Amino acid sequence: MMFRSLLDQYPYFISTVLLALGIWGMFAKHNLMKKLIGMNIFQVAIILLFVSSSAKFGGTVPTFDTKIGVANPDLYVNPLPHVLMLTAIVVMVSTTGVALAILLLIYRRYHTLDEREILKRMREQ
Amino acid sequence: MNQLPVIIPVSLLMFAFLTFLLGIWRRSLAYPVATAGVTVSLVASVLGLMRVLQSGPQHYFLGGWAPPLGIEYVLDNLSAFMAVLILTVAFISMAYSRQTFLKEVPEKIVPLYSLLLLLLAGLAGIVVTGDLFNVYVFLEIASLAAYAVLCIGNDKAPVAVIRYVIIGTVGACFYLLGVGFLYFATGSLNMADVAGLLPGLYGSRLVVAAAVFIVAGMALKMALFPFHIWLPDVYTYSPSGVITFVAPLMTKVGAYVLIRMLVSVFSPNYLNESFPVTVALGWLGAAGIIAGSIMAIAQKDLRRMLAYSSVAQIGYVALGIGLANPLGLVGAMLHILNHAFMKGGLFQVSGSIRYSTGLWQIPHLAGLGRRMPWTMGAFTVAAISMVGIPPAAGFFSKWYLVQGAVYADNWVFVGVVLLSSLLNAVYFFRILEKVYTAPEAEHGGASLAKDPPMGMLVPMLIMAVGIIVLGIINAAIVSNILQPVADQIF
Amino acid sequence: MGAFSSTAPLIAVIVPTLAAVLIVLSRRRPNLREFWSVGASAAMFAVVLSILPDVLAGRYPEILLFDISPGISLALTADAAGLIFALSASALWIVTSVYSIGYMRTVGEKKQTRYYASFALCLASTMGVAFSANLLTFVLFYEMLTIATYPLVIHKETPGAVAAGRKYLAYLLTGGLVLIAAAALTYQYAGTLDFKPGGFLSQLGSQPNLMLLFVLFLIGFGVKSALMPLHGWLPTAMIAPTPVSALLHAVAVVKAGVFGFVRVVGFVFGPDLFHSIGAWHVLAVLAAITILLSSLLAMYQDNLKRRLAYSTVGHLSYIVLGVSLLSPLAWVGGLLHIVNHAALKITMFFCAGAIYARTHCENVSELDGMGKQMPITMGAFTLASLGLVGLPPLNGFISKWMLGQGALGADAGVFLGLLLLSGLLNAAYLLPIVRRAYFAKSDKRNRFGEAPLLMVVPLVLTAALALFLGLFPDGLFYFYRLASDTAASIFGGVSG
Repeated sequence: MMFRSLLDQYPYFISTVLLALGIWGMFAKHNLMKKLIGMNIFQVAIILLFVSSSAKFGGTVPTFDTKIGVANPDLYVNPLPHVLMLTAIVVMVSTTGVALAILLLIYRRYHTLDEREILKRMREQ
Repeated sequence: MNQLPVIIPVSLLMFAFLTFLLGIWRRSLAYPVATAGVTVSLVASVLGLMRVLQSGPQHYFLGGWAPPLGIEYVLDNLSAFMAVLILTVAFISMAYSRQTFLKEVPEKIVPLYSLLLLLLAGLAGIVVTGDLFNVYVFLEIASLAAYAVLCIGNDKAPVAVIRYVIIGTVGACFYLLGVGFLYFATGSLNMADVAGLLPGLYGSRLVVAAAVFIVAGMALKMALFPFHIWLPDVYTYSPSGVITFVAPLMTKVGAYVLIRMLVSVFSPNYLNESFPVTVALGWLGAAGIIAGSIMAIAQKDLRRMLAYSSVAQIGYVALGIGLANPLGLVGAMLHILNHAFMKGGLFQVSGSIRYSTGLWQIPHLAGLGRRMPWTMGAFTVAAISMVGIPPAAGFFSKWYLVQGAVYADNWVFVGVVLLSSLLNAVYFFRILEKVYTAPEAEHGGASLAKDPPMGMLVPMLIMAVGIIVLGIINAAIVSNILQPVADQIF
Repeated sequence: MGAFSSTAPLIAVIVPTLAAVLIVLSRRRPNLREFWSVGASAAMFAVVLSILPDVLAGRYPEILLFDISPGISLALTADAAGLIFALSASALWIVTSVYSIGYMRTVGEKKQTRYYASFALCLASTMGVAFSANLLTFVLFYEMLTIATYPLVIHKETPGAVAAGRKYLAYLLTGGLVLIAAAALTYQYAGTLDFKPGGFLSQLGSQPNLMLLFVLFLIGFGVKSALMPLHGWLPTAMIAPTPVSALLHAVAVVKAGVFGFVRVVGFVFGPDLFHSIGAWHVLAVLAAITILLSSLLAMYQDNLKRRLAYSTVGHLSYIVLGVSLLSPLAWVGGLLHIVNHAALKITMFFCAGAIYARTHCENVSELDGMGKQMPITMGAFTLASLGLVGLPPLNGFISKWMLGQGALGADAGVFLGLLLLSGLLNAAYLLPIVRRAYFAKSDKRNRFGEAPLLMVVPLVLTAALALFLGLFPDGLFYFYRLASDTAASIFGGVSG
């Protein structure tokens, strides 16, 4: 029984694993690009969490389907988390864009993306 | 005019784009258009505050969709107060930063002003919205604009900012997770709606997890000890004109979100049986106050000292929230206001010194009191307020915080608040001594110093006068605006 | 009863504040600047004097300004106790202003604008302290007094002066901060902070809490009152120019501290409550220790101003002792000593400053034969020394006599013995100076001559004042009446 519900909850476990991976990447890696990738993984994990929460057994894509009609909302997957996550994905992409621009600035100036190197070169100035 | 709540952020958004478009066409238009945008929003927020004081909270439904399905914008005492605060400080900073921008990054004026307006739009949006997810959206708008604007014109700033990007994003995502859990538990994203549904879910682990994530996320954004590690570098390396916008405001909206969660969504004692959120906040705040003040004493760079001082001041706000009684909350909210003016003034002084002399190391500031009398006068007023000497505003927020701590019988907090005043005195009076009594250096930037031009001097003096005025009228602010907020929940 | 609305207390605070602004504006014209200083002191004194007839008739002017905290307003009121403090401080400011002009000109100090402006702000804060109607207003002005005096302490801007300023701030700010906690706790217990003769803290809570409150007040006011062991800042602050030491550290700042004790014991706790929690023991014992130790320490100081500083420490505790003895006579003695000690000590500081200005001698050991060279100065000094020792017909005798009677009346005869002993110790550290000045042969060839007129006239005036108050305690400004009115209002149980 417990195994069954565990199997049913697999999206949440995957989310958690990805979250942990992301955090590890952000704080354990020294290369700035790898940190950025970790950040991305972290955000994706959250998006996955939300989206999987909207799933329903037997539900279909939440666009109006004339064959099903509007009588039974259980036949459609919950659209609200999808919508929220569209916004979150936009935020994620924008953040990645800004972060990449900043990385470009850093690379042009210090010619390395290794955090320890950069800090060393900053101190030398 | 029940559209006031939405005009505040939306006008800033529109003017952000307008500034960019007009600026590309003619660079000299960037500043006037940006200032016009801030003015429009400022007027709207002041009108909103007056309306709220007269007739109570104002609601606006975005697109006409009523909550809980639609997104709602609410102006009540707390949000109107924050909105007026944000826009007033922004307006004064706009006037101040013009010269520094023209001097340091003249070719990037247009994107700079549009991004600043975007930042302000985000900040204003956070405080007027009544929808949990909307807070996340505006939070990220503000943060992204801030990341971009903090890197301008500098070599070291990007390194500091990339760390801020990572930590800030983690914070915002934690907040998002928390909101998600709340949605899973209650099925709604509207603050008032969730507040109504929560009592029935008392003890639910999902709700506790939600609260923890929200508080953790905001703690990261707010630079609450020990999550403050991004702040010193960012405040130290960013351009001075930008930091006068960011320093008084960014961390405060994080505190605002926390207060909003406590006041309008969770009630303060809702969680204390399952997870002592407010107690943790209070103690982290106390630790932050002491750690921040001690670190500030050790600094030689003026901006880094002010950065650690900001960490300590956010500790005051957290301590006030953590006390979970009316006086503590009032003290926290009043301190948000006071600190915005004090820190804004201090960073403006620091920027003026940089502008006039190119210096920022404290030992090099010897003798500036004679050469830059008005600037240092403003600094003195702000320093006195930080130490907590009446009639400057800082005394009064400490008065309420001490009262709150005494009421909660928490003498450790009383001791922390009072001890920190002494620590503040150490690092501020050290500078005052150096500036007024130390003999001048014979060469170097200090000998060329003079008071900055009027465009920078007047805003600084307005901040200084504002500090004293806010101190004198604090009772009016507290009884009319802040006390009703606290009374709502206790 | 008989409170009536009047702006007089407010004007007393505003006049010196305005003067400070005018002084800063006139920084390019020394004569105008000094005119503002002296003029403001005279004007302020006139305002305070105008309040005297009303208070003597039992009608108290009060003015309530806006709220400074919900439910607590910024309120000023002139009652008998406040008037004692205000009258002595404002009258002595006039002579100090004149003296300052003489001192500054002779010594050639720089930064005079900052000096005169800070002085004016100090006096504004002092008036605020004297006329505060509730504890929060009191704390406000008390803290402003600290910060207004700081520029005066570091006036010389030497490393020593700056270090002294740090010590000054460390002590005084700490005291002020503890006071904030005390005020918060009081407000929590009583729901009000308005001073009421006979106290407003009715019996609430168990004894330990009130004791804690008292300890907080003890530390808070003890610093400015130079109660041992919190006295360390006063001798160090002597590095300030002598007019500063004279007015502020003999009349304004330190008397604000003891005035705080007057307010706390008489108008917050009330004598009955204070007695019942046993706090009077603590206060009296600390005062006694201070009196004795300070006199002993005074004997070892060679620097004249430091010796006078320790003497001040001791005499302040006379007042604290009087307050703690909780009897009407002791109170009258203590309150009178606020005025008497002020007049005597300011004379001595004026003399010290005159000697320094003329001869650059700072130490007792250099004062041999000074009596011949500066006869008027040393004459005033001798008179004041006799007053501090407590000999009739000088005013010091009056307050000591009342204190002694009060001690007997409170069944605490040991304190009478203490007062007599202290008189002897005072003689031990003051009379040798007199002896040196008159009977020792000076090996200095130069004849310095008397100090300039602008300095000599004030010190003669204050010495004469001391003598006059000794002969006619009620003769000038009815100090004796005011003191006994205060005591009556507190102990008689009659409100208002």
